[in-house]
Amino acid sequence: MALYSEKVMEHFRNPRNVGVIDDANGIGEVGNAKCGDIMKMYLKIEDGIVKDVKFETFGCGSAIASSSMATELIKGKPVKEVKEITNKSVAEALDGLPAHKMHCSVLAEEAIAAALEDYEKRTGNKT
Amino acid sequence: MIYADNAATTKMSEAAFNTMTSVMNEIWGNPSSLYAHGQKAKDVLENSREEIARLIGADPREIVFTSGGSEADNQAILSAAETGRKKGKTHIVSSAFEHHAVLHTLQRLEKEGFSVTLLDVHENGIVLPEEVEAAVREDTCLVTIMYANNEIGTIQPIKEIGEICRKKSVIFHTDAVQAIGHIPVNVKDDNIDMLSASAHKFHGPKGVGFLYVRKGISLTNLIEGGAQERGYRAGTENVPGIAAMATALKESISKTDENRCRLAAARDRLIEGLRQIPHSALNGDAENRLPGNVNFCFEGIEGESLLLLLDDKGICASSGSACTSGSLDPSHVLLAIGRVHDVAHGSMRLSLGEDITEEQVDYIIKSVKEVVDHLRGFSPIWRDLISGKRKFIL
Repeated sequence: MALYSEKVMEHFRNPRNVGVIDDANGIGEVGNAKCGDIMKMYLKIEDGIVKDVKFETFGCGSAIASSSMATELIKGKPVKEVKEITNKSVAEALDGLPAHKMHCSVLAEEAIAAALEDYEKRTGNKT
Repeated sequence: MIYADNAATTKMSEAAFNTMTSVMNEIWGNPSSLYAHGQKAKDVLENSREEIARLIGADPREIVFTSGGSEADNQAILSAAETGRKKGKTHIVSSAFEHHAVLHTLQRLEKEGFSVTLLDVHENGIVLPEEVEAAVREDTCLVTIMYANNEIGTIQPIKEIGEICRKKSVIFHTDAVQAIGHIPVNVKDDNIDMLSASAHKFHGPKGVGFLYVRKGISLTNLIEGGAQERGYRAGTENVPGIAAMATALKESISKTDENRCRLAAARDRLIEGLRQIPHSALNGDAENRLPGNVNFCFEGIEGESLLLLLDDKGICASSGSACTSGSLDPSHVLLAIGRVHDVAHGSMRLSLGEDITEEQVDYIIKSVKEVVDHLRGFSPIWRDLISGKRKFIL
């Protein structure tokens, strides 16, 4: 059996929503270089909807796939629904992650939360 | 597929494979049995022992067959410790970047009251003989330093270290798993008391290796049972594996000189090509290294991603990143040569096989460049590095 599911490999090979949003109104960065994982999430929220999302990730295959999948799960969604996304939903959408890689999906959840927090700070809007 | 992970394991040679299958098929008796069919197997076993001993400059009675390098390391270290303990000598000298078969055995001995000095391997990944000399104490019972490092391929000054140990009457063990069959090794010339080797690193089968133990050094057996291996290692001998190991070693050593030159040329071409990647660095000394070993760090990327994408391009490599080591820390070898965590996560080891071609080397260089560029393209660390928010280390 391969290390990762086909879904993980597909997202890892062709990550969605890669890059930077210049006029993002919510940016979250989590993880650290020492541990070998950094995830940065850029959000453009308008009228309570995630209009656009982009990410940058330094990390292993599952970290990159988790970021990519997380952006797909939240793009176009109302902020309320975005807040309900957990690491489990990311991992499930990827058809599972190996046990020792679950922290990568946690990082994705945390990156979204950090970006939303930043959005609240910048705009004063409650999410 | 370009298999560039020969430090992990090698493909069995055709000759070794043929020896193994023919022994399995025809000489499958138990070497301990009295009848001719068993004695034939005994002959195969003893001929293999003689061959291996001859190839490394030892006496056949100084060779004990084991299940591989790890068992040989364990037995060598625990035996020397046992001898030391009886004399009240409970100090061991080793290095910071030994294989875990050595380091974990030493940790076990520390729990039993031994003290261990792990020598610095410096930026170039080489132990200094004078530091070995300075570390040896009145109560030192063993010095164990690997012949060549498994990750960064640096070759240690074994002969000089052996000389110091002889002078100080301390047992000297070397884990030569990566060296045997790839560079010339002679236990007499190199002043070695104990040496570990593993067949699958020189085109022999997995699950078989040997321990060389100089006459006069006592051995503790790890496995209790029958009187095989003169009582030092119980269990019916892996005759087909041992015979194939002898064939593989003979073949590897007969080609060592020829392969070494070809491999070193390919290695240096590869190193030169990878050096063109900005903010990268070769790990370990460029001169004193195994002919097929290349190990690099690339700043701003993580090793596992690199390996997976190289696999997509048909290249088998390995990495010392935390994600590939199964722990949170990157390779202890890279940390030992002073690489910081951030950079050590972005490491890649290529260990070339003897059949490597120039075209394949160029393809590897091109592929690594592409993959590193791709991963840096969406790495937040890389963005911070090029924008000046973070300082380059390499």
